[in-house]
This record gives sequence, structure tokens and C-alpha cells, in this order.
Amino acid sequence: MAAFDTPVQHRSDKEALVCLRTLGQPDPASLQAYLNVGGYKQLQRLVQDKVKATDVITQVKLSGLRGRGGAGFPTGLKWSFMPRYYDGTKYLVCNTDEGEPGTFKDRDIIRYNPHQLIEGMAIAAYTLGARVGYNYIHGEIWQDYEIFERALDEARAAGFIGENLFNTTFSFDLYAVHGYGAYICGEETALIESIEGKKGQPRFKPPFPASYGVFGKPTNVNNTESYTSIPWILEHGGDAFQALGVPNSGGTKLFSVSGHVERPGNYEVRMGMPFTELLDIAGGVWKGRQLKAVIPGGPSTAVMPAAAIMGATMDYDGLSKAGSSLGAGSMIVMDETTCMVKTLKRLSYFFYEESCGQCTPCREGTGWLYRVVKRIVEGEGRMGDLDLLTDVSSNISGRTICALGDAAATPVLSFIKHFRPEFEYYIQHGKSMVTGKAE
Amino acid sequence: MLSQESLAKIDRELTKYPADHRQAAVMSALRIAQDEKGWLSKDTVAFVAEYLGIPPIAALEVASFYNMYELEPVGQYKITVCTNISCMLRDSDVIVDHLQERLGIGFNETTPDGKFTLKEGECMGCCGGAPLFHINNKRMCEFLTKEKVDAILEELK
Amino acid sequence: MLNIEIDGKAVEVDHGTTIIDAADKLGIAIPRFCYHKKLSVAANCRMCLVQVEKFAKPLPACATPVADGMKIFTRSKAAVEAQKSVMEFLLINHPLDCPICDQGGECDLQDIAVAYGAPASRYAEEKRVVLNKNIGPLVSTDMTRCIQCTRCVRFLKEVGGMMELGMVGRGEHAEITAYVDKSVNSELSGNIIDLCPVGALTSKPFRYKARTWELTRRPSIAPHDGLGSQIEVHIKDGKVLRVLPREKESINECWLSDRDRFSYEGLNSPDRLTVPMIKHHGEWHETDWKTALEFAAGQLKDITSAEGGEQLGVLVSPNSTMEEAYLAKEIAHGLGSDNLDYRLRQTDFRLDGKRMGTPWMGCNIPDLQEMDRILVIGSNLRNEHPLLANRIRKAVALGAELSLVNPMDDDQLMAVKHKAICTPNDMVNVLAQILKAMSGLQRLSLCLPKSLNDLLETVRVWENSQAMAESLAGLGKEVDLVSPRTGIFLGNIAQSHPRFTELYSLAEAIASLCGATFGILSPAANSTGAHLVGALPGEHGLNAKAMLKSPRKAYLLVNVEPELDCHHAAQARQAIAEAECVIALTAYKSEALEHADVLLPIAPFTETSGTYMSMEGRVQSFTAVTKPLGECRPGWKILRVLGNTLGLSGFDFDSSEQVKNAIFGGQKPSTVVWNSLNNNLRELIEIQVKIKSNVLQRLGEVPQFQSDAIVRRSPPLQKTRAVQAPVAAMHSQLLTELGLDDGEMVTVKQGVASVLLKAKRDDGLPHGVVRVPTAMPVTSLLGDLMGEIEVTRA
Repeated sequence: MAAFDTPVQHRSDKEALVCLRTLGQPDPASLQAYLNVGGYKQLQRLVQDKVKATDVITQVKLSGLRGRGGAGFPTGLKWSFMPRYYDGTKYLVCNTDEGEPGTFKDRDIIRYNPHQLIEGMAIAAYTLGARVGYNYIHGEIWQDYEIFERALDEARAAGFIGENLFNTTFSFDLYAVHGYGAYICGEETALIESIEGKKGQPRFKPPFPASYGVFGKPTNVNNTESYTSIPWILEHGGDAFQALGVPNSGGTKLFSVSGHVERPGNYEVRMGMPFTELLDIAGGVWKGRQLKAVIPGGPSTAVMPAAAIMGATMDYDGLSKAGSSLGAGSMIVMDETTCMVKTLKRLSYFFYEESCGQCTPCREGTGWLYRVVKRIVEGEGRMGDLDLLTDVSSNISGRTICALGDAAATPVLSFIKHFRPEFEYYIQHGKSMVTGKAE
Repeated sequence: MLSQESLAKIDRELTKYPADHRQAAVMSALRIAQDEKGWLSKDTVAFVAEYLGIPPIAALEVASFYNMYELEPVGQYKITVCTNISCMLRDSDVIVDHLQERLGIGFNETTPDGKFTLKEGECMGCCGGAPLFHINNKRMCEFLTKEKVDAILEELK
Repeated sequence: MLNIEIDGKAVEVDHGTTIIDAADKLGIAIPRFCYHKKLSVAANCRMCLVQVEKFAKPLPACATPVADGMKIFTRSKAAVEAQKSVMEFLLINHPLDCPICDQGGECDLQDIAVAYGAPASRYAEEKRVVLNKNIGPLVSTDMTRCIQCTRCVRFLKEVGGMMELGMVGRGEHAEITAYVDKSVNSELSGNIIDLCPVGALTSKPFRYKARTWELTRRPSIAPHDGLGSQIEVHIKDGKVLRVLPREKESINECWLSDRDRFSYEGLNSPDRLTVPMIKHHGEWHETDWKTALEFAAGQLKDITSAEGGEQLGVLVSPNSTMEEAYLAKEIAHGLGSDNLDYRLRQTDFRLDGKRMGTPWMGCNIPDLQEMDRILVIGSNLRNEHPLLANRIRKAVALGAELSLVNPMDDDQLMAVKHKAICTPNDMVNVLAQILKAMSGLQRLSLCLPKSLNDLLETVRVWENSQAMAESLAGLGKEVDLVSPRTGIFLGNIAQSHPRFTELYSLAEAIASLCGATFGILSPAANSTGAHLVGALPGEHGLNAKAMLKSPRKAYLLVNVEPELDCHHAAQARQAIAEAECVIALTAYKSEALEHADVLLPIAPFTETSGTYMSMEGRVQSFTAVTKPLGECRPGWKILRVLGNTLGLSGFDFDSSEQVKNAIFGGQKPSTVVWNSLNNNLRELIEIQVKIKSNVLQRLGEVPQFQSDAIVRRSPPLQKTRAVQAPVAAMHSQLLTELGLDDGEMVTVKQGVASVLLKAKRDDGLPHGVVRVPTAMPVTSLLGDLMGEIEVTRA
């Protein structure tokens, strides 16, 4: 089995390693490997010294850490939403349900450095007063789910999770749970529904999970990478983390680079790195070809033509200024041979297939978009189709319960905006401008 | 209806949740049932529902919502190939064509000997290893080439 | 209070009000499909999107709580654009088959599409087709029309208490279905027809019968259980084609039980009697009214003058109107008979004359859902009072603790905190234990008769009974309730219990000790009303049981099918067969009336005017919604003319209103009613303690869809899964002791009569009880509802 394993791709710059600190050790996922890099010391310090929750939150706020799952909401601020006093169980949830195409960073955290995530969650539990935590893991990465279950067993045996930790009154139970093939569960309220054993249908907000989450109890939901950054932040201080990045985008970021590059993989680099540098680290565009376009943060972020991204930096503001967004840092690279019409068809199919079906615009609209794009690819396109696609996308956008509607609209709108001539060519000639072929 | 071993596994999952939220374990209970039976018949789903004390339709809602549950019989090895964008860009089409040719079946079909079923999957969150597929929801096979596919099929035969 | 503005109109609303509620309050119509005021908010249809100042995106009015100072625009460009786009999405996969859709004309989708839809569709791709599901004989499905609003799913889960429908699959392929081939079996299932905003769920019996605009709609009152649900009867060409609820928050809210909704098909039964008939030399002959009435009057007069008035027995159905019951009483009295009763299924009458007033539920219907602690004694709630059960379910959902003392353990689809499932006899002991425990808890004792005191002395309080007492007293695990709102209710089973007196006395005593509301859940639409008008035996008269046990020479039956409606089928059959003269006012030709001498075709509730009084004492009059079928005549008219023909005085009524006035003595009904409703006993009664307890006892329950003559003749109700061939159900231990196997044929014997039934295992039954339903032809040879019974292998 090992023969088909993913070789780890990471940046050699050791100083930039926050989430993948154990890499390079013989068994990086082991408890020993994590203890070797100073693991669980922060948890122990906070719990034994009874460090005040507000002090922890202050450090997290200072760090400039923003939600790494894609929305980029400031983590410290989110933590301050949890009710301090609550008569009952509060919950902690980690979102390791990576299903956004091009995103595979959290998988490497749970398979190469699971203990840092466990410590990060335990620290959050201590800070927020959560008694029980769940890490919801993408169902497709079963081997990695098992690695995480083993890490939990180790941590439990070593007294880092469980009852009365470090001989104090602090107790925290953490469990691994899994999805089973539904992109929508990456949305935090759908994920909560799924933990409860229901279909992953997002809830209308408000109420937010901080007041009505798992089993109706106050719940804090963060992404894997966010929790995993916490022990480092408390070890080195929030300022140090912020200083790794650029203003408004503190710290490092794990970028998942896939598509037409020589060395696809995860690269943990400082926020604000120029795009060209990141592309170089990933080996550049494969086969010596020209860059055509990049989706910088997963398909729910707008596609950028090469010209637009070449001068951009990889951080929240940098990509926003360049006309897209950082998302989960899932960079999909497309070379000059890529037919944008065919690519959009695949993305539209994805959102059509993954719509949960709960609310009208997304349930009905994603199928409509897919069928029209498919018709174009099959040579049955009409000139009015592009305006229709734009209009239908706009009608989905902003009118759904969750962000999947917006996500489904984004590729359609951005592909047509940036590559309209390619679509028009396909409609007129019934074949691809790039490949010269029809489907 | 399910083996003692499977029931013990379900019981372990139940310990993860408060006692009055047995429905929470339905995701793993269905997974465990499918691991034992190969697929989820209506009777199996109803059994799981009864075991957890939830209405059968609530279990069916879940079983039919998540892609990796199989509500129809599948072969001994279910191969699910990702064809989403990152895999597509790295020629998952070639892998799909090769698999279909080698196995003589299309998507959602099973070989006459009941050995292989081929499915098209959505993003599995391993795009760095594209193109890829997984076998029986468990084993991830990445950086596929025609040669690797042949080797895997050989191993499974 | 919050001040907000909707479309420029200012309004003050409570905290937590949603935009849609605020708009409804102002009379501003926001289109909606998934929102329903009685269901949880789903916010999935997105039709109610509105523009809110300072928000970039439109917000769903149903799910957005208002904030102080909020400015909301429901008709602005942004709002209307959002609403129109949602409408477009809803229609792309909708079949637009309005011309063949039963919902046409009363379809929310159709109506809102007229306002928000485009003249032509921009959608040119293939449309979705969804296979129809067979979910039973009441609800028809056309699932391609479904817009996935999930109202039906939410209703069955939240109101019905059981998730019978779900939305399986996902995305565009998501569809509403029951589990595989299951049907929807809720006794409230018909409400999903009303809830469905499109034509996906329609009435199966009504399918293709009429277009909605062809129907005449008339208000009426449901004639079955004691709730008094308000209904709207829809008629075409003089025929009742369907029944819908009229919204009445304090009674039936906006719901109807399936029995109230689908029983109307029984009105169109081929069994209907349409002309008066006289039996002559054993042959039935059709005749005219004059002949029939003169013959009937002559017979009655002959027997009563020759043999005395006491040879006449008058039985009135508790589903008859107050007017009918009153006039029947007048005839009985006029002929010198005190033998009159409406309590056909009661067996224990020791309370007669000991009560202070008319028995009733002791509170109003909505009070139930406000209660903290409820004890129900002898009631299969969902079977007897479907919508009342829903009120209790609501109370339980809001945190009330429900305790049950019952001789069976059917799932009531709500959380039961404590239950004592025991033999009918042991129910008395359990109540004695609760009383004893309550007396200790409250440090109070009542002045009780000796027999009751003796019982309390000897009884040992079991843990479970102690827990029930503590619950009723308001004691809680963490916090005690200071003054809990508590209710204790006796259901239908308790009322036909052979020791009803004991149950009643003990329950009343418990209620007095803990300050609980104490009530009787009246079994039928006019049980309370019939009591109020005095359709009861006089001082020396015979009650319903006695006048069948000691057969009379003549009977006057009003709406009664004796062997199906009375407590002792065999006795009823025999008494009627042997009587010299039986005059039956009936809507149906019936085998049960084979031994009658005169059949007078009476108009059922849809064809007559009259009044029902519900279990909460609500007096509701209704008018005929359609003309009487054939020669049928309203019951009050028939009885009036019979009175005239008999030459009795006081029968000069020209209308049912005049009869009603006579009943209430010209006073306002409410005054009379409130002076009359009273469950208190005049005195505590000596109870029977020694009873034969080592025998098998029958639990003879009335199945929901056999409760009266109309229901029994409704084909769609009779086709439901709730209607099964009668069985002899018992605990598996009893099966073993009797050497029987589940499913084998057994001989069930009561007295001299026996029938062959299948034995069925039901571990919810206490040992010593054999559950054999009544009111079904197969079991109409048997005896006492709760009498001794023998079971042997066939």
C-alpha cells in the first residue's frame, strides 16, 4: 500500500513550520514525535497555572489568526462569542471535512501531526469551557481517520484528554467522527447536523452555533488548521505568529497546490508570499507550459487569468485586491492546454451533484446551470446561454440558506467573465477553441 | 441481522454521544453495517434504525444523502475514481478509460464475476495525489498511472 | 416591545417576532410555501425573501427575527426580484399540469405564480420526474409536483409525533417518501393534504371528483369524538364530496383527525336508508312517512298502555344532537317510561345520582397544552381523541410530565414519564396507591368512606405509584414546581370499566388532594350534551345496561346499531330480537337492525340542523349543509311528528332552534352550561373491594374507525392499516400458559357465545387481559366489553 502513498511535499524553510512541525521525524504522527517538538506543554501550562481564558483569547486575537477553512473569520473574535457561563455541556467541533476541490491540507495535519490538533482543541476546550469535542473527518480519507483515532488513544492514555487532566478539575473528551461523502458537510451547520446523525442540511443562521450548535448546545466550530495553529501561538505569543505573515493575514498558511504543476502538494509558507514564489516552490507549471489560469482558493473563489494573479500576493488582502479570495488556500493551477468550457462543466456538475436539495435556488439552479453548460460542451449551445447562465447564477447568489449557492455561482460568473471568447467560440463552432475537439 | 462484532463496533460509536442522542451514531452504524454486508439493503437500514431506536425513514434519509453508502449491491471491490477538477487536470480521464477497458464496465456497473464495481466520485480531499481512486471506501490509491492501475488490479484479482 | 416599519407602516411587536409574523399582523401579504405557523421554521423555499435596510442580501421573512428600528421592504425592487427569481426556480421542474391537478384553484403555487411568475419559462432543459408513492388509502401522491417544502415531513414528526415521511436523496434528486413501501399511518395524516402547498399530496377519496370552484362550502361540526372540531363540508350536486377543517384555534386549531375528515364517505354509502320501512310478517316493506309513523305510534302506545311505560326502553346514540336526545326523552316520559340512556358502552352506573352535575373534561381544550403534569387513566388517547392527544403531546414537548394508568401499552407517540400498565382491576389498586402516596406528600387526608379507607390501609405503595404521585404533586429531580398546573383525566376505557365508580372516586380524591383539574374525556360528539338534556334514566328507570339485561317489550332506538354500539353485544342482540316492537330511527339499513319493526330514515348530521355540546361544554349548533337523501328527515322532525302522532303535548316545534330554546329554557346556553358542568361527587361512595380477580378479563376497546355508524361505512377509512380483522391479543406469557402460538386460531368465548379469532401476541398487555375489539360484526356475538372471557385453541 505504501507504494501508492502520497510523498510529502513541504517547504524546507523550518521557521515557517507551524502546523507540520513534526515532519522529518521517523514517525511524525506519533505522540513521541510531537513531544519531541515541545508538544502538550502549552496545554499543561494553561491548565496547571489556571491561566485565564481571556488571556488565551487575547493571544489568539493578537495572532491575527483567521479561520483557515475558507471564510477567514478572526478566530479570537469567534471564541469570544461562546457564552462564558452556561448551565450544561458546551461542545467543540473541528472541521476536517475537506471536500472543496483542490483542498487537502487538513488531511496532512491529521496524518502527520495529529497531536498538535488534539492539543489545540484541548486548549480551546479549556478556554471556552467545552466538555466534549468532535473532530469531523472527511469520510473518504479513511486511513487518515484511523491515524487520528490512534492518536486520540495515545493522547487519552498519556492523560492529555479525558477526565481531570493534570490532576485538575478540567476534563475534555475528544472523539473522531466521520462524514461519508457529502461536500456540504464542510459547512459548519451541515456538519453539526451530520454529527447529530442527520442529513447534512445547513441550518438557517441565526442562531449561530455559539448559541445553538451540537445537540442544541453552545458549540465552537473551527477548521483543523486553525486549531492546530493554537499551540504554536501560545508557545511563541500572538505577536510572533502575526509577524510570520503580513498585516491582516497573520501567521503561516498551508497552501494545497494541485493541477498543472510539477510538484503538487501542501506547502506551509508565510502569509503574503508572492504567487510566483509559491508557484516556483511547487515546481512551476508542468511540462514547461504557460500558465493560463489559477483558482486560488478552491472553486468557490473566482478563477483568475494568469495576468491577474502573477502580481498578487498570497494573503487575504492580496488576493482580494486581485479580484478573488484566499478561501482555504487551495490553489488549482491550469496550463495553456486547459479548455475552460469543459472545466466549468465539471465544476458545475460538482455543485449540482453536491447541492443538499434543501432550498429552492440551489436545488433547482445548480441543475439548470450544469445542464446549460453541458449543452454548450455537447455543441448545442445558443448565444443567449451565456447571459442566461450569468442571470441564473446571480439569482442563486445571496438567496440560499448557506454559502453553497454563492459557491456554485462563482465559477460560472468568473469563468464567463474572464474567458467569454472561449465560451462564445464553443457555442459558435461546437468545439473547443483550445483543444479543437468536441465532446 | 448484524454480527456481534459489528454490533460491538456500533456500541463503541454510541459511547461518543450523550445517551439520549443515539441517532448521532447512525453515520458510523450504517458504515459498519455496509462494511459487513457490502451494501445497505432496506432491511439492513431498517435494522440499524431499530437498533438505534430511530424511525427507519430517518436512517434512510441519511443512507441516501451521503454518497459512500451503497443502496444497491456492489461488487467485492468498489473502485471510486475522482474525476473532479484537480484530478481531471491530471488526466483522470485516462485512468477512467483504462479502468473501463480493463474491467469491461462503465460507471455504476459491476463485472459479471461480481468482483469489481466502478463508480465516479466527487472530490476526496487528496488532490495533491491526483489522479486517484479509492477502494471500498477505505483504501486510497494516488498518483495513478496506467501501470499502477494494472498493478492494483492484479493485486486484487 | 420593538418598533419596526414594514413597507412604510409602523408596527410594534414583541421580542422574538419574525418578519413574517409582523407582516401578517399588519395584513401585508408575503408569499410563502414552507412557512406554516404551526410548524418549525425551515426557511427552505425562499419565497418570502424580503429586503431589510442595512442588509446586502435579501432575508427570509419566516426565519428572521425583527430588531428594533428595522425597516423592511416586501415590495421593493430588490425584494420582488428575489421573490420572482425564486418563483422561476420553483417552476422549472414543476410539471405545470394544473388542468389535471386536483389542487388547481386552491393551489398556493398557482396563486403566487400568477403574481410573481413570468409568462414563459426560460428553462429549456429536461424536467425532473418523480415516481409516485402509495402511502395509503387517504392521501394521493403526485410527487413530480412536489416543491420540497417539507411541511408534510415536519407535520408528521412534530404534530403527528412520528417521522413517517422523510426527504431522501439530495440535491435535485431529493424526494419526499415514506420508508420503502410503508404507508403513512398517522391518525392525523389527512392534514398533510391541507398543508401541501401544491398538488403533490391530495385527497385520494376526493381525487378527480370535482374542481374546487364547483363546490359549495358550508360550516358544520364534526360528529364523532367529543372535541367538537369545526369543519367545512364541501358539496356538489347535493352530495358531500369532502370535509376540511375550519380553523378554530381553541378547539381543533387548523387540524382534523382522519376520522373527522374522511368519515363523510360513509354518508354516501349504499347502505343508506332512504324510505321508511315496516316489517310485516317478517318481510320488509317500503312505506310512506304517515303510515310508518302511525304504525310506530300505534305499536308504542299499545305496549305502553297495556304493559306499562316501564316496558319501553329508549336508547339514544351519544352522536345524536341535543335536540334529538331531548325529544327522545320527552317521548319516553310522555309514554310513562323512565328507561332512557345515551351511555351505551357504560357498564358501571353506581355513580348515577351521586354527581353534582354534567360530567365534562374539567377545563378548556387549550388548557391541556399549558399543563405541567398530566395523569390519564384508562385511555388509548390516539385511538379515542386524536387531536386531544396532540394537545397533550404538545404539553409533553414543552416539558410536561405525562403519567398513564392503562390496561394496554399502545405507543402514544409522546414521551411518557411514568406508566402503570395493569389489568383493569389493578388500575383501581394503582389509583389507591397514588392516593395514599399523595396523601403522605401533601400531609393531607380526605374524609373517606370506610371501604375506601380500608383499601388505603391495606394497599402497599409501589415505587412507580409513588413516582406518579410525586410527579403530580410537582416534585422534580432538580426543581420542584411551586404550583404546578395539573390535570387528571378519565378516558373511554375508564368510562366503560366495570369499576368506573372506583376509578372515578379515587381519581377525584387524588385531584382534590393535589389541586388538579379533574375531567372526563367524553367519548362521543354529544355525550356531554345528552347528559345535559337529561337523556338519562329517571329515578326508577333502567340505564342502558339494565334495559338490555332485563329485556323490554318495546324499544325506541335513535341512531343506534345495538350490537355494535352497546357494551354487551350478545345481550343487545337478544333483547332487540325478542322485543315485540322495535322502532329505529336510523340513517342506515343495517344487519344490526334486522329485528326491528319500523325503520325511520333519519338524516345524518350533514342533512339536519342541530346542536352538539363538546367535552369542554361548548355548545355548537349547525345547520343542514345539504338536503336529506331520499325520504330522510331530520331526527328532531321525526321525533316531533312521532310525539304529535302519539298525541303527546309539548311537541309544537317548527324548527330545531325552538327545540334548543326549550332545552335551555330560553336562557343563554352558556349560562345553563356553566351552571351545570360539575364533576364533583355529592358524597363519596362506598366502593367494592372484593372482586374476582383470577379470571381472564376482556379488554373490549372500540377501534377508532368503528366508533359509530357513519365511520363504520366510510370505505377509505376501512381500507387503512388501522383497520385490521379483529384478533385476540394477549401477552406472550399468557399465550404460553394457554398453550397457544402467535397467529393460530382460537375460540374466544363469553357466556354462551363464542367466535373464532386469530391469537396475537401483544407484550404491551398485562397478564390476564385478552384484548378483543368491539363494534365489529365478527365480535358482535360476544358479551361484556370488559367481562370475563375464555380462550381455547380452536
